[in-house]
Amino acid sequence: MDAYLGDYLPIAIFMAIAISLSLAFILSAFVVGSQKPDIEKLTAYECGFDAFDDSRKPFDVRFYLVAILFIIFDLEIAFLFPWAVALGDIGLFGFWSMMVFLGILTIGFIYEWKKGALEWE
Amino acid sequence: MEFSSLTFLAALPEFILIFFALVLVLVAAFARHSDGHIKTVRTISLVGYATGFAALFLLPQGATEIFNGMFRIDGLTVYMKGLVLLGGFFACWLVGDGWGEGIDRAEFHLLVLMAILGMLLMISANDLISLYMALELQSLPLYVVAAMRTGSLKSSEAGLKYFLLGALSSGMLLYGASMIYGFSGSTGFSEIAASLTTGDISIGMTVGMVFLLSGLAFKISAAPFHMWTPDVYEGAPTPVTALFAIVPKVASITLILSVTYNALGEMAVQWQQILIALSVISMIVGATGAIMQQNIKRMLAYSSIAHMGYALAGLASGSMQGSTSVIIYMTTYVFMGAGSFAVIMTMRRDGLPVERISDLSGLSSTHPIQAAGMMVIMFSMAGIPPLAGFFAKWYVFLAAVDAGLVPLAIIGLLTSVIGAFYYLRIIRLMYFQEANAPLDKGGERQNRLVLFASLAVILLFFFFIGPVHDHASSISGALASFS
Repeated sequence: MDAYLGDYLPIAIFMAIAISLSLAFILSAFVVGSQKPDIEKLTAYECGFDAFDDSRKPFDVRFYLVAILFIIFDLEIAFLFPWAVALGDIGLFGFWSMMVFLGILTIGFIYEWKKGALEWE
Repeated sequence: MEFSSLTFLAALPEFILIFFALVLVLVAAFARHSDGHIKTVRTISLVGYATGFAALFLLPQGATEIFNGMFRIDGLTVYMKGLVLLGGFFACWLVGDGWGEGIDRAEFHLLVLMAILGMLLMISANDLISLYMALELQSLPLYVVAAMRTGSLKSSEAGLKYFLLGALSSGMLLYGASMIYGFSGSTGFSEIAASLTTGDISIGMTVGMVFLLSGLAFKISAAPFHMWTPDVYEGAPTPVTALFAIVPKVASITLILSVTYNALGEMAVQWQQILIALSVISMIVGATGAIMQQNIKRMLAYSSIAHMGYALAGLASGSMQGSTSVIIYMTTYVFMGAGSFAVIMTMRRDGLPVERISDLSGLSSTHPIQAAGMMVIMFSMAGIPPLAGFFAKWYVFLAAVDAGLVPLAIIGLLTSVIGAFYYLRIIRLMYFQEANAPLDKGGERQNRLVLFASLAVILLFFFFIGPVHDHASSISGALASFS
């Protein structure tokens, strides 16, 4: 059990270093840095001109819908590559597993197509 | 891994539900909203539950583990899956055709079917990984159906609240699971159990167990993790509340049962404390919280918290008698939930659903059958003999007393007396109060059938209590703690 926990020692050391270093950076900025706030320093940074309008506007939800749909098919590719490489070893069972997976994904794809999730307007 | 016919056969109900879910996805994709496709969709999912239920009888006898030990079937899981499929069938059947509130869509039945599939997987989970996957498969569709009434602020609030607290509980559960994995070196339940037999129980293991149980306590809405329950029950459309009230807790209680008795059986001393605390707080919060409620869905939410407290009292005893009593308790719980919502879902005035407790007043003169049914169910929930709820509580308290947990049983008895107050209040309203504005006549046929089926079980339970108890006791023997 102790030997097993010993395997986690590197990550514990890493965490300790990460926490102490980041704390040191943040605290030293307060301790060492000179702080003279004025109005200009505290205003929002803009490149040359004032902001046109509020940045907290509702944005079109389709961006993230497309992004999510993209991720699904991106993961499919990530799954297909190792499958293609290992196909010789995993045999018929591996082949049909992927076919079932692709079939389920296709049904989902049909659904999103028919529901108009892929149409921009 | 070899994919034998046994692998296929042992998970047959799950495969059937997956097939029906895929069919429903296609139906939902091609059916237009306007035509009467909702009837078809409902029929498909009802056939799905029925076929899944029938498939339970084809499963191989005895304990079997498939998918590299991630999925386990034995007598207990088969029985609980039967309860879940039956509850899913009732909940789906009760919806009816004309129910608006945003759930008259094919997606509703699809999501419920997927949630039920997740519950079946939860019951069979035999590994921390499959436990988490099944739990999320169950939770995600339920978050969506809770917020299905898109026009209603309360429904959106219910969905969001359920989602946020569900995500929090998943986080706690995962943290606990990672601790248990870290200190036992495995995610499999039997490997975890084996690692506990050698040497002392480490602190890390205890911490992991507490977090894991806290996460699961959220799912069964045991106090002090119950905050979401009344709001979600009230805000969600009534058919969704019916689903919440009937099914998911059966699966979650089974999961707690298999985690505590299968994986962490050697840590009984540690998890007993947690379960006793959860049980006592749930019984008190459930009994006292329901008294002031005006909305019948909120009242039943608190009532379900109290019921979970009683079920946990049986679990906390840590004995075979305890697990037997929990199985009996969950059996009666499904039928009492289905019966009470069969009545509540017929409560309409001018075609619109009403859900205030005061709307029940005078029900005995306008709806004598529903009023009589509700009376029997309320008596049963209050634990009046010889109804089903009495035997459920009787076995739970008996197990607690035999395990030396006499204070727990006494608190349980006191809270059931308090609980009897608000159950009896409903009966008083229905029978001794004039109706201010009578509810609509009629009610759909399936509501009456579900009510009659539940009443039959509740009223005639004392005929079957011997065989049910023997069966529950024999399937408890499949748990690792007793073999």
